[in-house]
Parts: sequence; C-alpha cells; structure tokens
Amino acid sequence: MTAPLASVDLPAPVLTASGCAAAGRELDPFLDLTELGAVVTKSIMLEPRSGRATPRMAETPSGMLNSIGLQGPGVASFLAHDLPWLRERGARAVVSVAGGSVDEYAALAERVGGEEGVTALEVNISCPNVESRGQVFACDPAAAASVLSAVRRRTPARVPVLAKLSPDVTDIVEVARACVDAGADGLSMINTLLGMVIDTDTLRPALAGVTGGLSGPAVRPVAVRCVWQVRAALPDVPILGMGGVRTGLDALQLVLAGADAVSVGTATFNDPSAPLRVQRELRQALAERGFARFTDAVGAAHHQLPRRRAEGVPA
Amino acid sequence: MSGGRPVQVRAEVLTLRPVGDYLSLTLVAPGVADDVRPGHFVALAVGGEQSSMLLRRSFSVYRATPGGRYGGTVEVVFAPHGAGTRWLAGVRPGDAVDVVGPLGRPFALPAASSGAASCLLVGGGYGAAPLVALAEQLRERRCRVDVVLGAASAGRLFGVTQVRRYASSVSVTTEDGSQGERGRVTDVLPDVMRRGGTQAVYACGPMGMLAAVTAAATRAGAVAQTAVEEAMACGIGVCMTCVLPVVGADGTTRMVRSCTEGPVFRGDRVRWADVGTVPEGTLGAPVAGGHR
Repeated sequence: MTAPLASVDLPAPVLTASGCAAAGRELDPFLDLTELGAVVTKSIMLEPRSGRATPRMAETPSGMLNSIGLQGPGVASFLAHDLPWLRERGARAVVSVAGGSVDEYAALAERVGGEEGVTALEVNISCPNVESRGQVFACDPAAAASVLSAVRRRTPARVPVLAKLSPDVTDIVEVARACVDAGADGLSMINTLLGMVIDTDTLRPALAGVTGGLSGPAVRPVAVRCVWQVRAALPDVPILGMGGVRTGLDALQLVLAGADAVSVGTATFNDPSAPLRVQRELRQALAERGFARFTDAVGAAHHQLPRRRAEGVPA
Repeated sequence: MSGGRPVQVRAEVLTLRPVGDYLSLTLVAPGVADDVRPGHFVALAVGGEQSSMLLRRSFSVYRATPGGRYGGTVEVVFAPHGAGTRWLAGVRPGDAVDVVGPLGRPFALPAASSGAASCLLVGGGYGAAPLVALAEQLRERRCRVDVVLGAASAGRLFGVTQVRRYASSVSVTTEDGSQGERGRVTDVLPDVMRRGGTQAVYACGPMGMLAAVTAAATRAGAVAQTAVEEAMACGIGVCMTCVLPVVGADGTTRMVRSCTEGPVFRGDRVRWADVGTVPEGTLGAPVAGGHR
C-alpha cells in the first residue's frame, strides 16, 4: 500500500502527527515504527524551549485543547539524539520545524534538511501557541510564502517541503496557493483550531495560556472540508491530511477528500497503537470497497460527484 | 522507564469494590503486572472505544500480582469525581478496559550495600496506595518502616490496616479528627522521624503535602522521594502536558515530564513553590513564566 507524497514514495499511507508522537521513541513499545509511512516529529526549533506553564491541557467533547508552547530540546539535541535513533530504528522521519522568524526557519532548514534519514520537512507555520499570536505566518499568505520560499531554497531538492496550514483563516485555498507558489512541494492540513475552555469551578480560563489548540475527532469535519477545498482548487498539489483521525474510516474520509497520506495525532494519546491500527483498518476499508491501489482512492470523492449528479442524485 | 517496557492490553475487570470512600478496581492485565514496582502507574482509557473522552486516566498501582490464577492482575484505587472516573466506577466484572503500563519511574529502594535503612512512608488519601507494596519490599530488605497516613476524614484514609503487617509504627492523622490525631501528616512527622531515626522518606499524595513532607525531611537530614500528581493526557511521554520544574544534577531547572522522568522525584529537586509556572532561569525560558 505505497503512498507517493511529493517526490518520495512512502511505503505506507499513515504517519504520526506532529506534537503527538514526540520524536518517535516513546511509541516504540506500542507499534513498529518502520511499518508506518513516517514519524512526523514534534516541531523542532533552533534553541531549547521551556514552553508554557501548566495547566497545558483541557479535555473537550471528542477532543482536547493544548497549550504546550512548543516545548522542546532544540535542534542540536534533536540532531544528536532523536534523529540518529529514528535512523537506527529504520523509521522514516518527517521533521517538523518551527520558528519565530523567516531567518529561524531558514537556519533550521539548513541544519536539518540535508541530514540523512530526513524524508521530508514539514514547516509548521500555523501553530497558534507561539508567543507572538499576532504574527502567525499561516494566517497571512505573504508571510507564509516568505517562510516557504526561504525553507525551499535551503533544503536539498530531493527532500520535499510541506507547508502545514491553519484552518483558522478566511480562505485556506488562498494560503495554500501562496505556499505552493513560493516553492512548497506539498501541504499538511490541518493544524489545531484556536479554542478556549473556562473552568466553572475556579471561574477562570482552564489553561495557563488562556487559549489553546483544539484537536481530536471534534475537528475532523473541518479537516475534511479543508482537504476537499484545497484538492479541488489545486488538484496536483500533494496533501498530507490530518485532523481527528481515530479509525480507518476517518482516514478514508480524508483520502477520499484528496489526502495522499494521513497523519494520526491526538488519537495516539488515547491509544498509543492507533497509527498502525488506523493503517490496518484503512487497508481493510479500501479492500472492502474494491480499491486495487491506495492511490485510486485519493480524491475519489471528487470524481464521484459529477457522475452521481448525472445519475440524478441531488447534490 | 525502568521495570521493563510498557505494554498495552485490553484488560478484563475482575472486581470493583468500595474501600472507605474510594473504589478499588482489579483488572486482569497480563504483561502489565509482570514488571510493576512500587510507584509505577497505569493509564486507563475510559468510556469505551468510541468515547468522547479521549484522554487517559492515570493511577498508581496499589497491588500487582503476576501470573497466578488469572494470568496477572493489577489493582488501582480511585475516587469517582469526574466523568472519566465516574465511568470507571460503573464498570462490571467481565467488562473490558484498555490499560497501558507499567509506566513511570518507581521509588528507588535503598541500595542493598548501604545496609538496612530507616524509612518513613507518608501517604495522603488514596495516595497511600503504592506505599503498601513499598513497605513490604523495604521490610524484606530488613529496613525499619514507619508509616504516617493522613486524610481529611476517616473514610478517606487508605491502607492503614494493610501497612500494619510491614510497619514498625503506623501513625494516622485526619483533619476532622475522625480517626487518629486531628491535624495533618506534617504535624506528626518530626516526632516520628526522631523516634525512628529516619534516613529516607517516601511520599505520595497531594502536591501541597509532598512539598511539606520534603521540607520536613530536609530539616531532619533525610532524603525524600515524592510521587507527584500532575494531570496527564497520555501517560507515555508524548503529549508534554504533565511537566513541572525540576532542578537537575547540573543545577539547571527544566520543565520535565512527570510521566516518564517521574512520577517519583527526589523531593529536594522539585521546585514546589513554582509548580504551575515556568520559573526564571528554566532551560529554554525567555522570561519568568515561559512562553505566552
């Protein structure tokens, strides 16, 4: 069940999602990482970062809010410890990078992009947890484009660069197009949605950071819609779809909407073996529906639409 | 994570029974029970496969019985207070619960080479659960074991009868005076430590209690090991929600995960007054308070 994603052929279509698998090691007891399409790492930044105060998490109906604040050890530690481990383990790494400035993204691309074992870069331009909330790159097509252009220029051509998009925009297609025009080889969507929970006992916001990113099955319809819209507008641009995938049928929805591969995120907190389980369930769901190859299902819901209309099925 | 790699199993509920104001849940969890040491915890999925409650609930293991008639069981003690624990309170024998464990770093036992140490175990409420097995293991090493258990009221005490078989002394405090001495565990600690010549203190319970126990231990020249309670989403180290500021051997404060680096920390390494914040000088913190 190979899944071509931009210029790489992933041996399987299901990946972990950034921020939900650390750098892969913690999931190793629960599943064989080499069977996944790739491990998408938690976003790496240039320097070590403490993240936000606690509480950092609030459970919501079929989801959760997080406001971790991109805690991480920094790129030097990642390259010294985490990437070599993934390489030795035989797992493919899609490295998520995040920065506070175009220069920082560019420097990260330079440090990480050429390293052995890096299958692709995912450029996190859309995390709502960073300090300068007003400066979220993914909410401004021009700012998003400047990051993607800088990263693409400094990353070896063989390594695809994916722009991770935020659903918290008026027109996600406009941002997607700006990223692709700037050199992005593909798109990851969606990141979390900005949300808030108020604790009715303390009468205060539940998170120390006040707002947080909403994820989990609650956001899945938003993810399906975003993938659908971008696939329809940019049919040739590879898409890594994510957002609320908990089962193989959830993954299939994203694939039918146009995702060339699918990441499993928050479901991993509930079930550490979820990524492989979803992959298994997806394979079965495809077989049951008569798809000979995984790629035949990608975007299939778009193809079906005109025929069903022609057959007189109401739109 | 010491004590072997954690496993994920679909466990079967063996029994659920009331213990004072709490509930004790025994699960048939082969593989999980094999490597449990005192201080380890398990993370349970709640609500069933399609539950809208996605986050796991973590509980320290009260008792683990590898092998045996049911192929390995683990027992946890909990209080139903939220939607997840209320669901757990409604399970019946034969029901399935998804279990991940054993997780975390357990209590470190005194090195065998150091001889029989004098140990004090301090538990607050059902936080006392892992201390019973710990008392047993310390006793096997011929350590002196004193125990102080405290709670708001008699119904919320746990483990008083169970620890008696392993302890040289058991002191009980309740805030309402319904059992033992009226007051808090810290009121009796100095006396107990003096009488027992305490060298090592082990504590599990609310964060405020752990801070106070650490302070009392330090004053008495003893080292405290504390099992912290922090809200966790996953329990396995990937979500980064359960962090607290801990000073490393190098003197640097880091925001560390209580699920994988803990839950047991040396009490004097935890910056108790700063829990819930990112203190100034923490590795990677731009300013006190961390990232906004």
